[in-house]
Amino acid sequence: MTFKALMTGTALSLVAAAPAFADKTDDTLRLAFLKELESVDNYYNSAREGILVTRAVWDGLLYRDPNTGEFKGNLATEWKWIDDVTVEFKLREGVTFHNGETFNADDVVYTVNYVTNPESAVKVMTNVSWMKSAEKIDDFTVRINLNAPFPPAEEYLASVVVMYPNEYYAEAGPTGMAVAPVGTGPYKVDKVEPGKLYELSRYEGYHDSPKGEAQIGKIEVKTIPDMNTQMAELFNGGLDFLWNVPADQAEKLAQMDDRFDVVNAQAIRVGYISMDAAAAVDPEGPMTKKKVRQAIYHAIDRQAIVDALVKGSSEVINAGCAPIQFGCDLSVATYDYDPEKAKALLAEAGYPDGFEIDFYAYRDRPYAEAIMGFLNEVGIKTNFNYLKYAALREKRTKKEVAISFQTWGSYSLADVSAITGEFFTGGDLDDAQDAEIIDWVTKAGSITDRDERQALYSQAHAKIANEVYWVPLWTYNVNYVMSKELSFVPTDDEVVRFADFSWK
Amino acid sequence: MAVFILKRLGLAILVALTVSFISFSLLFMAGDPAVAIAGENASSADIAAVNERFGFDRPMLVQYADWLGSAVTGDLGRSWYFDMSVTELIADRLTVTMTLGLCAITFALLIAIPLGVAAAANPNSLIDRFALFLSVVGQAIPSFWFGLILIVIFSIKLRLLPASGNETWQHFVLPTIVLGYYATPAIMRLTRAGMMEVLSSDYIRTARAKGLRTGKVMFKHALRNAIIPVVSLAAVQMGFMLGGSIVVESIFALHGAGYLAWESIARNDLPTMQALILIFSTFYILFTFLADVLNAWLDPRLRVG
Repeated sequence: MTFKALMTGTALSLVAAAPAFADKTDDTLRLAFLKELESVDNYYNSAREGILVTRAVWDGLLYRDPNTGEFKGNLATEWKWIDDVTVEFKLREGVTFHNGETFNADDVVYTVNYVTNPESAVKVMTNVSWMKSAEKIDDFTVRINLNAPFPPAEEYLASVVVMYPNEYYAEAGPTGMAVAPVGTGPYKVDKVEPGKLYELSRYEGYHDSPKGEAQIGKIEVKTIPDMNTQMAELFNGGLDFLWNVPADQAEKLAQMDDRFDVVNAQAIRVGYISMDAAAAVDPEGPMTKKKVRQAIYHAIDRQAIVDALVKGSSEVINAGCAPIQFGCDLSVATYDYDPEKAKALLAEAGYPDGFEIDFYAYRDRPYAEAIMGFLNEVGIKTNFNYLKYAALREKRTKKEVAISFQTWGSYSLADVSAITGEFFTGGDLDDAQDAEIIDWVTKAGSITDRDERQALYSQAHAKIANEVYWVPLWTYNVNYVMSKELSFVPTDDEVVRFADFSWK
Repeated sequence: MAVFILKRLGLAILVALTVSFISFSLLFMAGDPAVAIAGENASSADIAAVNERFGFDRPMLVQYADWLGSAVTGDLGRSWYFDMSVTELIADRLTVTMTLGLCAITFALLIAIPLGVAAAANPNSLIDRFALFLSVVGQAIPSFWFGLILIVIFSIKLRLLPASGNETWQHFVLPTIVLGYYATPAIMRLTRAGMMEVLSSDYIRTARAKGLRTGKVMFKHALRNAIIPVVSLAAVQMGFMLGGSIVVESIFALHGAGYLAWESIARNDLPTMQALILIFSTFYILFTFLADVLNAWLDPRLRVG
């Protein structure tokens, strides 16, 4: 064979073997995860990507309308509180799991009792540990017993607590569910290659759920860890949809290419600065002084950072919570950007020439550097420590971090118990350790009266702002880039619901 | 010879174990593994439960001894992240990395050796300058950039090859070029230098004086001697490629062992990381050992001792 013949043959074989490119004709939506998902089993997975698969494959007893915040029945048709720690559900009849198993009270009892058993060692215990047990009243009536009053129960039952088929799960367990998941959701799973590939198809027997029926026939999810490669796949038609696209790349795509729609929506994640107000790191440290914390608040031009870096639909917040979360009271004391006032406050606190301090962060390095830039301007010289989350969290629990830039995604739960309840109830990440706030927030987390809860959270947020225990920064946002052939309207909770996609 | 080989193998195992122990210690310093397992949104109660479940509160030496005991019996444990058998997880990923590594080293040898020989046979010629240029450019270009350029040309513009995944042989074409190209300059330069030295030696002059054809002189007499250091280098490069294919695997979403190692560090997935370190070390040592054997075959003088 001559060299020319060899080259011609190679070129022809490449052309013949060229990859298949996506379009709506094969009714398959192709998207990618940046992160390898640890397990498809909802109860053994803590990644946001897992939430997406969970919402497609399984259902909860309830459903929260992401646009109105209203709770509706999903696998349950009615529910009522018997008392503060008991809720009774009438289950939907005629629902079948993807494997043909009938859904009834036994499935709910099995699921709740399984996940609340410590030996099951589910990955995120706080998602389920508020439940004590479930008991069957009849085939389609069930009661869930709580350990203590838990106001956001409905939020959890509409999101992270999903129902499993008792017979199948008893046999397959988490290992089987991870490779061959079975749910009642709008999509059934056809193929799982752990960490790499997930193929879903429309479940034709889907019940009458407020989630709505799936409109696109097949979903193919690949894991592509590099965003540039994801972009390349979008350009060559290998992917139809990207999410979490960095702001600068999303902007360029929106300007340069008319083949794609770029949509931005708020996320539930918020940013904040945590400071050693409780003097656990250094009893004499500058962070223990309220005037220094006020100075830090005045020193940072949060709006400028949002405009220049965070971008999208993000907004500056004055309380450490997402506006869509119940109990988030943003009408608290505010501290405008005023570097001169910051310098004056530092001088009053005994630091006329500023001071030097270790500043920590674990994500969004450019934002952290911008914050440090503003602090340096008023004389607070920051030594930057950029760590992995696990390392930073460990340092925080060991009381070695006096000031850090943090973020929190609240598991997409639209209730401040998922953030204020986490950080202001005296735990080892509570930098305030304020007895009054601990009392209010703990109480708000254990009563069911919404007005009373709201009042207690408002009180807590007001004091957090007055004492400047945190410097709340901004809400995050998500950029979604999609093929023009695709129709999808994102919601502000950062949950991509596959059933909401359709072709134009 | 058999005693020598056994001694070498014993030493190799000791080296692998030492590496794994050091890595084990270092990984524990990269942050609380319980936090990594429990996830970013985990509460303190979640983390405490993970600590108890996995026994992270025990002394590190005890944890290492436990792991080693199981590893010796062939049980590499379960991945904390994927909650599946590490052996099963790695087997799948290692196939990808080995395929990529073998393709890349073959690609590098096919480019570098003929080019090095041609450059040495024609010093200061156009081909020699081209080879040197290629060598400099090869070392200067970062592989992530080169990978993306190839994706833009062959995947986006020409639509000839896929940009990511490992389903078919076409998926390996671009990663092979990127990874192989990285190893090419060193092999090419060593081939050129070795050939130039050998070509100026007496026995080659004698061979030429005897009237042997140039091809026979070059490939039968000269290359056999010049290639000895190249074999050692290629073995080292192959070992390096297995661990060093992280960037390439990440860009092309190949889901190989290199990328798995990188991600396992980030996730503090110690069982996976430990197994990978042990396997990579073993492969590295094995390749070096095989290179020694091959060199001994090429040069009978090396067989002594």
